[in-house]
Amino acid sequence: MQLLYFGWVRTQIGVSSENIEPPPEVSDVYALIEWLKQRSDLYQHALNDLSSVRVAVNQEVADFSMSISPDDEVALFPPMTGG
Amino acid sequence: MIKVQQEDFDVSKEIKQLTKTNLQIGGLACFIGLVRDMGYGETVKSITLEHYPGMTETQLKWLEYEARSRWPLKEVLIIHRVGTLQLGDQIVLVVSASAHRKAALESCHFLIDWLKTKAPFWKQETTNSETRWVSARYEDEVETQSWDTSSNSSNK
Repeated sequence: MQLLYFGWVRTQIGVSSENIEPPPEVSDVYALIEWLKQRSDLYQHALNDLSSVRVAVNQEVADFSMSISPDDEVALFPPMTGG
Repeated sequence: MIKVQQEDFDVSKEIKQLTKTNLQIGGLACFIGLVRDMGYGETVKSITLEHYPGMTETQLKWLEYEARSRWPLKEVLIIHRVGTLQLGDQIVLVVSASAHRKAALESCHFLIDWLKTKAPFWKQETTNSETRWVSARYEDEVETQSWDTSSNSSNK
């Protein structure tokens, strides 16, 4: 699974992208985030407050309840500030 | 038409390009966003715009599609710059062209409101002492949502 991070989520986690192989029980975005938070304090800190985190699955804005599979591209980022 | 680019844009050239091929355009509305000092404490020297290549273009095309489905538009142009920009630099250009002013003006307003919260760009400010991420404004979200409920007379 390809993970991408943008904005302060990227700077807090310390990488802009990574390939991961989460266990099969990680079947939605919420479970993925919980699994990431177990990996290190960096993830724990960056993803602690989900009210300020947004998600896209395969480049489309999604909910935390969105199902995901190993071939997906999942991006985590703060609310957008374009314009 | 959608363009995501590092380089600056020339508004007058872009508008001429847009209008010369479509003689049904009766008027166009244009919004230009500039880098400004937000005024939170220390003076901002520059900002850096990060984006999500691929998703950015898809989202901007979808915004154009939404505007065209709500108003009778002849042309739509969105140019959004990325990378490091200085105070006063142009960041974004939105042009809506229609036969009449109302559709052009309303759709231009709609596009820049939606772009603020639905296009994957993130701004980082640099001052003399620090670099910090710009937080999303609650007001921008409210203004985006207002287009979901308000009725558009030109859309009938």
